[in-house]
Amino acid sequence: MSARLTRDNVAKVADLARLELTDADLDRYTEQLSAVLDHAEDVASLDLDGVPPTSHPLPLVNVLRADVVVEGVDREEVLSQAPSVEDRRFRVPAILGEEP
Amino acid sequence: MSAIPSTAIEIAAAVRSGSLSAREVLDDHLARIDARDGEINAFNLVMVDEARAAAAAVDAQVAAGEDPGPLAGVPLALKDNLCTHGIPTTCSSRILEGWRPPYDATVVKRVNAAGAISIGKTNLDEFAMGSSTENSAFGPTRNPRDTSRVPGGSSGGSAAAVAAGFAPISLGSDTGGSIRQPAALCGVVGVKPTYGLVSRYGLIAFASSLDQIGPFSTTVADSALLLETISGYDGRDSTSINAPSPSLIESLGEGVDGLRIGFVTELMGEGIAPDVAARVRQAADALAAAGAQIGEVSVPAAAYGLSAYYLIAPAEASSNLARYDGVRYGMRVDAPTTAEMNAATRTAGFGDEVKRRIMLGTYALSAGYYDAYYGKALKVRTLIVRDFERAYADFDLLITPTSPTTAFKFGDKTADPLSMYLNDICTIPTNLAGHPAMSVPFGGGADGMPVGVQLLAPALGEATMFRAAAILESAAPAIDEVWS
Repeated sequence: MSARLTRDNVAKVADLARLELTDADLDRYTEQLSAVLDHAEDVASLDLDGVPPTSHPLPLVNVLRADVVVEGVDREEVLSQAPSVEDRRFRVPAILGEEP
Repeated sequence: MSAIPSTAIEIAAAVRSGSLSAREVLDDHLARIDARDGEINAFNLVMVDEARAAAAAVDAQVAAGEDPGPLAGVPLALKDNLCTHGIPTTCSSRILEGWRPPYDATVVKRVNAAGAISIGKTNLDEFAMGSSTENSAFGPTRNPRDTSRVPGGSSGGSAAAVAAGFAPISLGSDTGGSIRQPAALCGVVGVKPTYGLVSRYGLIAFASSLDQIGPFSTTVADSALLLETISGYDGRDSTSINAPSPSLIESLGEGVDGLRIGFVTELMGEGIAPDVAARVRQAADALAAAGAQIGEVSVPAAAYGLSAYYLIAPAEASSNLARYDGVRYGMRVDAPTTAEMNAATRTAGFGDEVKRRIMLGTYALSAGYYDAYYGKALKVRTLIVRDFERAYADFDLLITPTSPTTAFKFGDKTADPLSMYLNDICTIPTNLAGHPAMSVPFGGGADGMPVGVQLLAPALGEATMFRAAAILESAAPAIDEVWS
């Protein structure tokens, strides 16, 4: 594996994660994340063919509940904590290039 | 001022009997916070008014001849990633500053129903990511036993609050060691229960397949009482185990005669400070003296735990923290489009370590790297589970250091994230397996700072684990006894 993490990789990942990085940030994070991934090479280089993955410590099954109405959280209270609200809904800026 | 007992069990007994009022207990603890939290910074918020109202309610119950519950009048500190209805909950992050949750976490409801007095919200590494509380957006917490040193993390505020006497008990969360490591560094008891034993409803998620809530206390019995109070099935957490809660207090005095307890070879050698390893051996001797059979056991895959964890936990975090987008709660930085607003908000709201982990996780999950990193890490997790199964075929409990060193100085590890991550080598494997583990103070290191001994048990093995912890507690040297 061991393709070393590049500055471009970090820029791409930051974009995917909706984070803006300065040039200085990019340099620093590239170095720091490379060190962590270098350490992770001990795992990445293991031969694990035939070993099943464990995504969760418990043998989970879907949990269903009875289809009865229960009290939820208070809508007005939830909306009171939002940065912007209109007509009892969350309000956001333009999404698809329409005029704001 | 009348003498206030130091443990939750004694305080609750006195309050229930009417010989001490919840108000007196609260006033005493608020005075201690007033006197010293300016220096320690264990709390993001002290809930003075709410705590006074809760104490008055407990006293009214006692006056009316009612029993307020097993934690009657006991001040309790809550890690600030546990939702409290109408009371700010920040995760020590700018992005949630000022947010007031519209509901209580299940554990908060349970401790309140048991008569405890929630006294405040404690500081943590932002979103529980860190091992020193230096990643808090609101400044670090200081170790009450030496304020030039870190209290550990991420639940550093909850550990320090108990160590400083601000509250006899507190709650934290443990994803890779975030209860046990600060407990060790501050010289208190800290427990990570079996995955699924305690409901996480209302715990703000970091890495959902690893996170678990647990207690801090000065005594083993207090942690047993608090864990009994918060454990049990909750339909609001789909990972909650639907089984009876363990009776921990009952079994505390049963001793360890005949128990088989194993040293984990891989966690006693390289990377472990000699004074810490020596204390663990001394602890094992104490268990042997009480009748346990001590042996050595290998958990080879534990050596890969750190790497697997630092792929799995950031991967889950990158997904969990996608919800902080400036839309529904917390801060928003305005921008012309929603995508730009999302990015501007997250860039301003998250600190350095959180950004690092989000990027690491996004990378480990991204096309072309998924199989090599995240996929491999999940397979290593299987190996760790299998190795523990083999170990527990021969042993009832395992014993290791909690942390490789005693509390370090501020700034020692902040420039090099990997050196900070290495703090977690002894605690991470149990999170990956979903097992319980706890840290018990056992004397001091060469620097006179507390050493924590970690006991590990198979899933739902809490009762056995607490029996051994009680023996360690009774045999432990003084917390500030210098190792020589």
